[in-house]
Amino acid sequence: MNSNTVGWWGLAASLIFVVVAIALTSSFRLGLSRTISIATGRSLVQLLVVGSALTLVIDPDTSLAWSWAWVAGIIVFAAYTVTRRVPQVPNLLPVTLASNVAVAVVGLAIVFGFGVFDLDSRSLVPVSGMIIGNSMKSGVVAAMRVVEASAEQRAEIEAGLALGMSTRQASARFVRSALRTAISPQIEQTAGLGIVFLPGAMTGLLLAGADPLDAVRAQLALMYVILSGTVVGSIVTGLGTVSRLTTPAETLRVTHRASR
Amino acid sequence: MLPAVPVAPTPLFEFRRVGLTIGGTRILQDVDLVIPERGITVVVGPSGSGKSTLLRCCNRLETPTAGTITYRGDDLAELPPRTLRRRVAMVFQAPVVFPGTPLDNLRAADPALGTDEGCRLLERVGLNPDLLERSAERFSGGEAQRLCIARALATEPETLLADECTSALDPDSAEVVEHLARRLADDGMPIVWVTHSVAQRDRMADHVVALAAGRIVTADPEEEAR
Repeated sequence: MNSNTVGWWGLAASLIFVVVAIALTSSFRLGLSRTISIATGRSLVQLLVVGSALTLVIDPDTSLAWSWAWVAGIIVFAAYTVTRRVPQVPNLLPVTLASNVAVAVVGLAIVFGFGVFDLDSRSLVPVSGMIIGNSMKSGVVAAMRVVEASAEQRAEIEAGLALGMSTRQASARFVRSALRTAISPQIEQTAGLGIVFLPGAMTGLLLAGADPLDAVRAQLALMYVILSGTVVGSIVTGLGTVSRLTTPAETLRVTHRASR
Repeated sequence: MLPAVPVAPTPLFEFRRVGLTIGGTRILQDVDLVIPERGITVVVGPSGSGKSTLLRCCNRLETPTAGTITYRGDDLAELPPRTLRRRVAMVFQAPVVFPGTPLDNLRAADPALGTDEGCRLLERVGLNPDLLERSAERFSGGEAQRLCIARALATEPETLLADECTSALDPDSAEVVEHLARRLADDGMPIVWVTHSVAQRDRMADHVVALAAGRIVTADPEEEAR
């Protein structure tokens, strides 16, 4: 066992920080104590369940098909998560599914096709999770910002529609802004790599005793794939959201009706 | 030789039992209406009477939930919305100027528009053509609304819809816009003009449609215009 392996007592000790966080939020009356407790409990249960399942999936004797099934599950769950955040948008699931499949196909083809990592269950599941998870986060932001802009900037969008523009043309300025908002954090994270923080995969590899330069190469390859996945996911989800908000009469569906 | 039988002119818009319900709220109910081909038809009514919604139905920014609307005899629901909106232009209550210059705004309507044509459009709405390549975002409310009308005219529309387009303007600017509308109507462009102002109705109307609570109260041009 590596000396950096966290034991059960170590995990229990880390909960002290959660207690500190709850105490601080209580003293400032932020009303977050219950939320923090639930989030901590959920993460504990979810990750223990996932960890147990992963133990079975990454067993060398287990077929790689189980890992691919896991990846399919990640794709579907991430797609569903985006749709849940923008319930105003009808029938968005096919768009978010298509987005995640595109991101996964491109990302995994690069990572495993070019031999960045060996294709085995130990790498397939976590790499897929990182690529699709980050794409999901930016997809949520892109979809939410498009929905907000369709309501907030309705006057300008309708002025464009009244000139015979398509909904995509009339909302282009706001969709571009939404996509920038969705993609920018990942660009910042890529730019700040190593200076501001050491990212998760690299930290994990270092804790597991890997050579720092090996850890850096693995992390950089992942970050570049994640960055392109974020861009692809944001664009597909953002444009797909506009498309789903477009009515047959070439108007944008009303998500927040102001007045008549 | 048989005598010529007078044929009723095709109306500009004809509403037949049009209704529009949104979220359980009836905004238009059983609207039967003929808007004639020529002149300025003023749609008047108190706030919330559905007059803006009625206007928005004319270029399919709203879709009725009941009944049919025809434009020059064609079922509106069958006309491609983007083509229809270039034939039936609309100016809104609050002028919406796109970022950039007046020329950029005019080119949003017609990307191939040249500077000479841009100058002519500004002159047509009473704006100084020297403004063509200045920042449109510094325009006063009246200038901005006239630019919006010029932008609408850049699509070379057959008909103009105006949704309380002077209500956000000072009296002098409103007068300029009213004169502009009258000139366009006199040049043969039919205009459907929404207002809540009885005084403006009296100044502008060739025909009047009065709405209350989503229903037509009167649509008698001769009576109401007086």
